[in-house]
Amino acid sequence: MTTALEAPSRRRDREIGILVAWRLGVAVPVVAVVATGVFLLAAWSPFDPIYQYFGVGVFSAGDAAVENARQQLGLNDSVWTQLGRWAGGLLSGDLGQSLSFRQPVGTVIAQRLPWTLLLVTVGLAVSVVLSLVAGVVAAWRQGGWVDRAVTAVGHTLEGLPPFVLALGAIAVFAVAWPVLPVAGLTDAGAAPTVDQVARHVVLPAVVLGISQMPWLVLHVRSSLLGALDEDHVTGARARGLPERTVVLRHALPTALLPFVTVLGNRLPEVVTGAVLVETVFSWPGIAAAVVTAALSVDFPLLAALTLLTTAAVLLGALLADVAVLVLDPRVTADG
Amino acid sequence: MIAARFVPLAAAAALALLVGACSAPTTGPAAADPAAMVLADGYEPDDFNPLMGYGEEGASKIYDGLTALDAQRQPQPALAASAPVAAPDGLSWTVPLRQGVTFHDGTAFDATDVVATYKAVLDPAKAATVASGFSMVRDVVAVDPATVRFDLTRPFLLFPGRLTLPIAPAEAVAVPGPASDMPLGTKPVGTGPYRMVEWRQGSSMVLEANPTYFGGAPAVRKITVVFATDDNTRAQRVAAGEFDGTVLPPALAKGIAGQAQGMVLREHASADYRTITMPFGNPVTADPAIRQALNRAVNRQGMIDALLAGQGRPASTPIPEVLPEEVEPAAQFPFDVAQANAILDAAGWVRGPDGLRARAGLPASFTLMYGADDTVRRDLAQAFASDARAVGVDVRLEGLGWDAIDPRLGTDAVVLGGGNPFDTAFKSWQLLSSANAADGYNNPGSYRNAAVDQALDAALAAPDRATRAAELRRFQTAYAADPGMVFLTFLGHSYLTRDRFDGYEPVVEPHTHGTTWGPWWNVERWTPRT
Repeated sequence: MTTALEAPSRRRDREIGILVAWRLGVAVPVVAVVATGVFLLAAWSPFDPIYQYFGVGVFSAGDAAVENARQQLGLNDSVWTQLGRWAGGLLSGDLGQSLSFRQPVGTVIAQRLPWTLLLVTVGLAVSVVLSLVAGVVAAWRQGGWVDRAVTAVGHTLEGLPPFVLALGAIAVFAVAWPVLPVAGLTDAGAAPTVDQVARHVVLPAVVLGISQMPWLVLHVRSSLLGALDEDHVTGARARGLPERTVVLRHALPTALLPFVTVLGNRLPEVVTGAVLVETVFSWPGIAAAVVTAALSVDFPLLAALTLLTTAAVLLGALLADVAVLVLDPRVTADG
Repeated sequence: MIAARFVPLAAAAALALLVGACSAPTTGPAAADPAAMVLADGYEPDDFNPLMGYGEEGASKIYDGLTALDAQRQPQPALAASAPVAAPDGLSWTVPLRQGVTFHDGTAFDATDVVATYKAVLDPAKAATVASGFSMVRDVVAVDPATVRFDLTRPFLLFPGRLTLPIAPAEAVAVPGPASDMPLGTKPVGTGPYRMVEWRQGSSMVLEANPTYFGGAPAVRKITVVFATDDNTRAQRVAAGEFDGTVLPPALAKGIAGQAQGMVLREHASADYRTITMPFGNPVTADPAIRQALNRAVNRQGMIDALLAGQGRPASTPIPEVLPEEVEPAAQFPFDVAQANAILDAAGWVRGPDGLRARAGLPASFTLMYGADDTVRRDLAQAFASDARAVGVDVRLEGLGWDAIDPRLGTDAVVLGGGNPFDTAFKSWQLLSSANAADGYNNPGSYRNAAVDQALDAALAAPDRATRAAELRRFQTAYAADPGMVFLTFLGHSYLTRDRFDGYEPVVEPHTHGTTWGPWWNVERWTPRT
């Protein structure tokens, strides 16, 4: 009995192992191509990093001083030399110096990444919770007023960019009905205590969550509707189980499997959403730094952030696939 | 299975969010500690490294220079023990140093720190952005631990005014690589009245009084500066009582001053000019008649009233009239359209059927560029174009990024800003001397005028203040006879401050403003009213 159970489980572990190894192998060239692409794009962009270096000082600096700064910063080298220098540093664990933040790139990321992770985690949690609840209720009472409302709102939100939502939230919660702080991590000059941060994270996280919700809620609804028509659900109903048990225990688990994949694939959108939300709400996260880095052609920071995003997206897709493999014994891993 | 376990969890999470959402809003910080101050700034420094331009003109709260400027713009000893002394030939300055001063990190201040800071400015490998302002310094040496000597390439009367550059610890500027790589940029260490406790980039910084400050521990013990870049948002938050002070565009500041309880409006004059360059590489702007006519065709006071809410003074030269000892009253251009037309007619610029002038097939037309993100420059450019059209000169406007403006400086006009009231001769020399023609943004139009060159060189090399002022006046007369630009206005800077501190002193400001200068330039001497 035990051996019969263990043999397929072990085969499953091996399948998952191969999938992970294969995906990680593919990730390396993908990341390399993306990094090179970003370097080339930045090199062709019309922005000149020397303005970031000098600030207003450029208006009183002589040509000789500006030229010397270019020389010292290595801005006169070809883009390939700069790329090579950066890649060399990366291999030895040095991400380089950020020109726009005047700090090592590693420090910038270490200071800002946790705040972005907090925002994105809370935002995703809001999104998942709201879409599960709303999606299940909508599918359960298909055609009812809840269903019609959820579908209508879902389709409307799909077409609404996150920053419109964010500005709307500020107008409501800061101007019309000032109950929530709208900017920054804490009140002016306050220490980042749990209480302070918890209050400040509400608005950005809810906006981020709601902006991602439509895809999830519509998906939950349609896949639950599909599941409700399946044979095992009809069987459960035939056995006289209460409707509540039928929907939540028999139909929902089947419907949730594709939901996990959708969630994984939404990750790039969540990152994009975070860029807009962090900028609007002055959230000191890494996503807002992307904007700064791009505008000032901060090569090292831009490249590091791109790598980070690429890795997050690849990892998200991989985790979603592994989760499906673990949850659904019918699925086979084909890399 | 999963869902059954998930639903109660989800409900709990949703509830937690709702509870969070319903908790009370934040209380204004103004109500808290009377010795603390919360300011809002519209501009965040890129870094706090003196080599990168932070506090170059003094008034930085974190650092001290060897000298500091007082309310009358005279350099007073700060880290210097007494006034710097020039050698008889004017080619070297000896500065005795204050003893017993310590940096915020506890290390002692002495001559090695001064020498290291200035050597780092001069070192090409550091690529210090302030280097161009110290082109007259050949070397700096420590005579003994309590004395330094600056060796100059040419005599420089106002050299003590240059010594406002903040002094950093020797070990902090010894880091290899360009100055932007120094940890000093984000973790500043100085001897100043305040030390940096925290800088949250993009949001705020906290300064705390330095209890061992050589000038005595400041009574305003804590200053929080919040960076809020949007002018309207900042104005609203000030009106709501969130801040103890901020900088605002003049019109906005006037509007808010009435609504904001307990706030006073402070309006400061400045030497911060806005000017239109007239590049010599463009056949239209190079023509002396065009430059003379445009200087008389612009309604400077009209621009100030309409665009700057009356805050600002007309500018004809880089010398503001708030410096009565230096300004030449005869060198000011009147607003005189008839005379402008007469000058253009006499020079052969003939009006066509569309009202625009041309001479020998060359239309009186040129492009004026301005930094697209600056609304004041945009407004001034538009007003200039409309005044120019009234005398038949066509000005096409282009709002661009500085990257795009830079390569066209030699042939197209641009709206430039800058200036400081401390050393107008040096600033004028940078802007109008042919020695600096087309050198970056210094004299971008390559203006050449032998009389101007001669007067400015004489002003810089003047042995005393009277001679210098006389040479400056001679420079303005020479300039007005053949103007190389169209100066429009010296901006006024407007601030709101909460009326619960004593110690405010008005001051004439440089281009740099915000919460470093402004009413808070001497905040270390302010006391909270009880």
